[in-house]
Amino acid sequence: MPGESDMNEGGPSGRFAPSASPLVHPHGVTERSPATPSGPSFRASAAKALGDAQLRANFRRAMDGLMTKRSAQFPDPGDLQALRDLGTAVRTRSLLRLPELLEQLEASCTRNGIQVHWAETCDQANALILGLLKARGATRLVKGKSMVSEEMHLNAFLESHGIESLESDLGEYIIQLDHETPSHIIMPAIHKNKGQIAQQFSQKIKDAAYTEDVDELTALARKVLRQKFLEADAGLSGVNFAVAETGTLCLVENEGNGRMSTHVPPLHIAVMGLEKVVARLEDVAPLYALLTRSATGQPATTYLNLISGPRAKDEMDGPREIHLVILDNGRSRIYGDPQLQATLRCIRCGACMNHCPVYTRVGGHAYEAVYPGPIGKILTPQIEGVGLRHDLIHGSSLCGACSEVCPVEIPIPDILVRLRREATHADAASAVAGQGTGRTTSEDLAWRAWAAVLKRPRLYRLSAWFATRFRQFIPGGLPLLKAWTLSRTTPLPAPRSLQERIRKEGMPRV
Amino acid sequence: MSDARAAILARLRAASTDNPLPTLDTAVLERRRWSPTERVKRLRRGMEAVHTEFLEARTEDWPEVLGAFCEREGIKTLLYGPGTEAGRRLAAVMAVTATALRPYDAPVETFKDELFQAVDAGFTTTLGGVAETGGLLVAPGPQEPRLLSLVPPVHLALLRASAIHDTLWSAIRSLGWDQAPPPNALMISGPSKTADIEQTLAYGVHGPRRLIVILVHDLPGTPA
Repeated sequence: MPGESDMNEGGPSGRFAPSASPLVHPHGVTERSPATPSGPSFRASAAKALGDAQLRANFRRAMDGLMTKRSAQFPDPGDLQALRDLGTAVRTRSLLRLPELLEQLEASCTRNGIQVHWAETCDQANALILGLLKARGATRLVKGKSMVSEEMHLNAFLESHGIESLESDLGEYIIQLDHETPSHIIMPAIHKNKGQIAQQFSQKIKDAAYTEDVDELTALARKVLRQKFLEADAGLSGVNFAVAETGTLCLVENEGNGRMSTHVPPLHIAVMGLEKVVARLEDVAPLYALLTRSATGQPATTYLNLISGPRAKDEMDGPREIHLVILDNGRSRIYGDPQLQATLRCIRCGACMNHCPVYTRVGGHAYEAVYPGPIGKILTPQIEGVGLRHDLIHGSSLCGACSEVCPVEIPIPDILVRLRREATHADAASAVAGQGTGRTTSEDLAWRAWAAVLKRPRLYRLSAWFATRFRQFIPGGLPLLKAWTLSRTTPLPAPRSLQERIRKEGMPRV
Repeated sequence: MSDARAAILARLRAASTDNPLPTLDTAVLERRRWSPTERVKRLRRGMEAVHTEFLEARTEDWPEVLGAFCEREGIKTLLYGPGTEAGRRLAAVMAVTATALRPYDAPVETFKDELFQAVDAGFTTTLGGVAETGGLLVAPGPQEPRLLSLVPPVHLALLRASAIHDTLWSAIRSLGWDQAPPPNALMISGPSKTADIEQTLAYGVHGPRRLIVILVHDLPGTPA
């Protein structure tokens, strides 16, 4: 099934009505009411972010740096394409065999002494983890970076049950001190500059002197967190790739906090989205090469940590127990849709964010979603339903930079267009919830009028005659036009329509 | 939670198709090959770019090279695995230096505080390296525990030039990790680092602040 969407990567697939094509659909001219009452408004938060000069400078600098570093890692376009093709094939194969591979993963992990648990929802996963911790009397948990645990809002859940859940990735630690969420999936604290972090550390870390020196700030965090690793009852991590054949959990990191969290405490709990599985350990090599280069422009990270079992009888250290929690949270529903399934190929590198003209300007928090940027724009509505987040799917110029850099060639703009259509049309066959809820009366009327005019040649010619003769007098404040003219000049029709000119001047010979 | 398992797998199976699997063209990985001396150069270049330091040694004198380094750098306590051949050779030489050798031969619970606070460096062997990107292949186990290369602020690693593979992909295959990986296996390219504050690189965030590779020049015909 993903093979089908692969073949259609060049453009929207045949299931779309032509009106959904971005070329025909003048999406900027529509007036869009803010998101439904209960959903966050991307339009409002983006506008606020655009007014924050410091935030914009922080992101601009960071994203420019990341783009430069990534392109330096792919000097040969042929090799890059070959590697992307291989990475895409590995992920596509994994998804085609997903149920079989998940069962194999479970069997291999069990054989290796890793206990496997399944959760349909975030609530189930949270309860499962709480149960594991409580049964062992654990009250202090250290965490390596995990986006799935963000999806579960695990920290808040555990804190509400009296368990300290401490982020140990430096960026995650920084934002946890301020009770913030990550603004980037790879660099969670990228929205802050060192002055802001210096201020925060001096206020919130005991006995810390104010310093803006990055090495000194890092040393401060090191001191605090090493003590926490030493004392922790349990460690939690995400999983970058899970290998079905060997029962191996692969963790990719630079800081060593992932190794600390998974190897110092007696209990290691790993959480993964069910799509993270690959068949063989050697499949990890091309994905790892794509991940590190695409994410941060590094040929390799400091650590690639392959965990295939807890402490053996004759070992001196390592966790005594490892538990793997496999989370669904809407993924099996997405899996059921041939086009949307491509979303599950994602290896969470963040390159689509780094290259997105929208993300670069508004930053990650404006999306008010766990996964920001282009991948978040397609993933969030698929998980939460298109109803609550239909202004999110319109926050894109469909420029295609995201799919151009995506290491596993996810056709993000095509899926965005598909979701835009579903936000205004109900399609019983689709896996997306909340269809048709983005329909507005004014937009609906405008399209009806448009269709009525186009179906009647005489009416069309009359409208064209008026539009060209009275072109200077079209008021920019018209209900639907206003959304466009708020920050742009009013579009001016040509003095004569093309049809009129051809009738009068004849077809030019070219 | 077996209900969840059954429900998830049922949904996935219902959506499965028998579409043909795309083929895996690994030519782009296979053509990354170098001569043994070129592999050494590439590994060094890759690892030095991320602040790994190298000590030159020969098969017959690497323990002395390591001992001299420890004395020079004022390393008072060096943690090591006493059960390996390399560990035994190290012990014989280090006995006469100012550095105290501390064997890692008891469960970590018996000396966790000491491990975190009173050890200056840890010594491990490696299974080899990766030339393409620069990296060490380490497989901790009963003889060289997992935390030996992680908790001490300096990691000293023994690498034989003849054990450097072309790529991670070829290493996984030739070490047999794709068939039976050790309970923990690592590729390490340098000291612990972060760029989480303003994308400014800082070394030594959680793991070792320094990674020192004792490079044993054991390729036939290479001058020591």
